[in-house]
Amino acid sequence: MSESIDEGLKNELQKQGIWVTSTQELYNWGRRNSIWPLQFGLACCAIEMIATAASRYDLARFGGEVFRPSPRQADLMIVAGTVTKKMAPQIVRLYNQMPDPKYVISMGACAISGGPFKQGYNVLKGIDRYIPVDVYIPGCPPRPEALLHAFMELQRKIDGQKLTGENKAEHLNRAQPSEFPVPAFGAHDLEPPANPEVFRPPQIERV
Amino acid sequence: MESLEEIKARIEGAVPGAAISIIPNPGPANQPSLLIDHEHAPGVARFLRDDPALRLDHCSNVTGVDWLDRTVTAKVKVKKIVEGEEKEVEEAREEFFPGYLESVYHLFSMALKHGPVVIRMRTASRGEGARLPSLTPVYRSAEFQEREIFDLYGIRFDGHPDLRRILMWDEFEDYPMRKDYREPDDYEYEPTPHDDVLEKAKQHYRARPPLDGAENLTSQQ
Repeated sequence: MSESIDEGLKNELQKQGIWVTSTQELYNWGRRNSIWPLQFGLACCAIEMIATAASRYDLARFGGEVFRPSPRQADLMIVAGTVTKKMAPQIVRLYNQMPDPKYVISMGACAISGGPFKQGYNVLKGIDRYIPVDVYIPGCPPRPEALLHAFMELQRKIDGQKLTGENKAEHLNRAQPSEFPVPAFGAHDLEPPANPEVFRPPQIERV
Repeated sequence: MESLEEIKARIEGAVPGAAISIIPNPGPANQPSLLIDHEHAPGVARFLRDDPALRLDHCSNVTGVDWLDRTVTAKVKVKKIVEGEEKEVEEAREEFFPGYLESVYHLFSMALKHGPVVIRMRTASRGEGARLPSLTPVYRSAEFQEREIFDLYGIRFDGHPDLRRILMWDEFEDYPMRKDYREPDDYEYEPTPHDDVLEKAKQHYRARPPLDGAENLTSQQ
């Protein structure tokens, strides 16, 4: 493991043309530089996401250029835009179809909380009610730089994931679910309105 | 284009039995409209579309309106016998207007480049009687918009070829654009609540656990 390699010795060896690394480091280096997002957009945030992927901002610099049209080949779900209650079950189903390890970026005010449509009847108040989110980006819509920043945050997160031991990555823990129940269309709302396994809002205490 | 009064008179001539009234609009738009009865609505719409002087061939917009039950209190002067002599007394009278739903059609003429002529229909009630004749057989462009009104206001359009919900899912039972619609209570997490949202969010607040008495020690010293 990388912790067990002496940094000084590693540097010294590198000067002599010997590159020492660990499986974890190599594995995470590979994973973080080839995060393939799922190709779908929901609203205006998707336009910013497209701009991020196009030549000016060029997500390819970070290894994320290959937007996959199938969830089976995707590592990252960028929830870019307003999630309506009618769309939410499909998003959860797509997430369930992605292979582990998988990550979610909640892009923009709507995907975080419902945004300007929060008090409406038809918009989900945040995708984190049904699936776990790794990085949230505020903004309406967030600029491409913000999405790049979120992407780099995610890379940092992947880089820090352990393969063994107590604090190993969630996807390596068999007890952690990688699929979540798809909400059903109910008579008045989605059923259930949130997944209590995933969505644990902070409780406010008042006298 | 001729005035609404002239149009009304011509419709009444062309569609016998049609009961049409002009609904004034006192607002800044000042756009009065024609209220048409259910039975003759398709006939009236067909006349408006086909009449060579009008040729309102384009139905640009169909909207729903919800009017709740309302009671209007008006002061009326009544002659009454008070203490043996007749006097004029002001009396408050309450008048009850039952609620109804409305669909409003905005008609334009592409051929003659005029419009809009606004026609509207009213349902008998907001409950079971929320039915109107569909104008989709006359104006094809009304199809989706009537579906939307059905979805959000709950007006059933008789004669509509494909009356289903268009925005909400089929299992949904409420009509969200009605004024008495109450959305499901999902206010468990509101970071910056205010006004109505604050009241709803307060329902989810947990009571603060009892203090342990330490706060009294400092105040006594």
